[in-house]
Amino acid sequence: MATTEMEKHAVMAHRATSPDDASVSIRDLIIRYGAMTVLDRMSLDIGKGEFLVLLGPSGCGKSTLLNAIAGLLDISDGEIWISGRNVTWDEPKDRGIGMVFQSYALYPRMSVEDNMSFGLRIAGLPKKEVKERTAKAARILQLEQLLKRKPSELSGGQRQRVAIGRALVRNVDVFLFDEPLSNLDAKLRAELRIEIKRLHQDLGNTMIYVTHDQIEAMTLADRIAVMKGGVIQQLAPPHEVYNKPRNLFVAGFIGSPSMNFLKGRLAISGDDIAVGIGDLKIPMRAYERSGGDFVDGAEVVLGVRPEHIILGGASLGGEGGRRFWAPGKIEMVEPTGADTMIWSKLCGQSATIRVSADLGLHLGDAIEIGLDLGRASLFDAETGERL
Amino acid sequence: MTSAVINETHPRGPRPSRLTAGRAGVYAFVVVSCLFFLMPLYIMVVTSFKTQDEIRMSQIFALPRNFTVAPWIEAWSSACTGVSCDGLKVGFVNSVTITVPAVILSILAGAILGYSLSLWRTKGSNLLFGLLLAGAFLPYQIFIYPLVRVYAYVSLYGTLFNIITVHVIFGLPVMTLLFRNYFASVPIELFKAARVDGAGFWRIFISIMLPLSTPMVIVAVILQVTGIWNDFLLGTVFAGQTHWPMTVQLNNIVNTTQGTRAYNVDMAATILTAAVPLIIYFVSGRWFVRGIAAGAVKG
Repeated sequence: MATTEMEKHAVMAHRATSPDDASVSIRDLIIRYGAMTVLDRMSLDIGKGEFLVLLGPSGCGKSTLLNAIAGLLDISDGEIWISGRNVTWDEPKDRGIGMVFQSYALYPRMSVEDNMSFGLRIAGLPKKEVKERTAKAARILQLEQLLKRKPSELSGGQRQRVAIGRALVRNVDVFLFDEPLSNLDAKLRAELRIEIKRLHQDLGNTMIYVTHDQIEAMTLADRIAVMKGGVIQQLAPPHEVYNKPRNLFVAGFIGSPSMNFLKGRLAISGDDIAVGIGDLKIPMRAYERSGGDFVDGAEVVLGVRPEHIILGGASLGGEGGRRFWAPGKIEMVEPTGADTMIWSKLCGQSATIRVSADLGLHLGDAIEIGLDLGRASLFDAETGERL
Repeated sequence: MTSAVINETHPRGPRPSRLTAGRAGVYAFVVVSCLFFLMPLYIMVVTSFKTQDEIRMSQIFALPRNFTVAPWIEAWSSACTGVSCDGLKVGFVNSVTITVPAVILSILAGAILGYSLSLWRTKGSNLLFGLLLAGAFLPYQIFIYPLVRVYAYVSLYGTLFNIITVHVIFGLPVMTLLFRNYFASVPIELFKAARVDGAGFWRIFISIMLPLSTPMVIVAVILQVTGIWNDFLLGTVFAGQTHWPMTVQLNNIVNTTQGTRAYNVDMAATILTAAVPLIIYFVSGRWFVRGIAAGAVKG
């Protein structure tokens, strides 16, 4: 798979007409460390009140982008606009941002109250206003009982709430979150995720949120920017990213267990388009094309999510050409509680199937595998692009 | 008891401790070496409370028969250090006036330098740190003559300012190393958060980093107080006669060649001079170990 080709194609101009229309606007941003280019000519517009999630594996440049927006690292080229102002050369404090870090980054020797009011006190605000704003943030985040405590006396969830409060008191337009929930255990993470979502609904600020956790991305985002190698691979609402991934990387990165990829060849005769995988010929009438060129004999990858495959038999019907049936055998059963994952083979290529836990399936059972082609994805095997 | 019988045959609960021959040997070695190293201190203390007549009887391990504090008083207020006979108290005052400002200034300078080298990485900061480190490993005897010439050139040689600044300069590499490594272990996000909050270079240092570095400050105080208090060479060369520290005065008392050697006074004077670092160790030994350990684990 030619990944470099795929990444080049993914360079998109996510541009509004003018930086004034967006809450945050990145223009041709380049960040280099010596010979290594972390971000290469990135452009991105984030709307007012939008919740944008930067999602990607470690080292994809998502945190670098966030730090550049915050003004915490030097950029090599390009512009950053926030709320219609060119802030490229501004200090972090003058950018109108609040930031929340993974390690909470609370000042250890200060009380919760002092932590939250530190920035306001530096700015020389009147004592009364500092008190009011801190009290308001504490009320919103239910920290009122904890104001006099030191960070070391708080639990992880409380610490992160204080860190959010520190951003809140600044009355800024843009909130930046750098993997804020990664240090918390699973239960707290789920709780705080809801709290952040509620906060966004109540405040309506622009929020930019960096994470490598796809569940956080799917649940929180208005739009997800999936990043790899310093390039945005796809920028779209969660539903679209999940159901219509732009390329093989996005398709494989999002979803757990990940999408099944079946290698095959296009077979075109007249209006009939099919994908040939081994002896099977899968008709693609139900597939919604995304604009790529269909060339007879071209190598393609057919992507089907585990939950878009059902078990049963051809007797269940073809559902108007959407459903394609093939025989298989159960090679592994993986119960996860709510669902059970079935591992099988389709023309010698492995396939994962998500089924209900109640089916009572056993190793070695012969099964009929039904692919939902209406929800499948088809990629050019060479460029990795969606067809 | 039945349980004891079971314990011997059936392993259960904490493993019983046994006194083996090897263990006994180790204890014996520890006790003997303790006695060996404490012996000089014992002899010094008992001798300092004896009269000259008693000392002449050459029973150095014997306890004083006619207990007297006269040698201590003489050492402190009237022993002759060369020409003047005002005792060690002059040296004590000198040592305090040298040590206090030198300790404060060198720690402050090391902390600021370590802070700026670790968190505000600018071009050449690593090179500067490397040079400082090299400074820590060069024997300082080779700097003495050039420094004498420099201070003489600006007419500050042999002054209080001279000796204090020399101590600050020589303390800087180690102090910077100490604080740089400590601040390098501070999560960088703390520094970023403070910058987003609008804190500048000094505000971050004073409000966040300095309060964080209490364990390192304690270690630095101990290192510098004992180092500067015990210094002899720099004090002899740079302090000038009027500011000679206690160590130099002690040397002058002990090495006075006129008349008979007043061993009891010498012993008392030595204990007096050593008292300050000794007290520092006893009071802060716990903190010292803790500070070193904290640095070791985090750095």
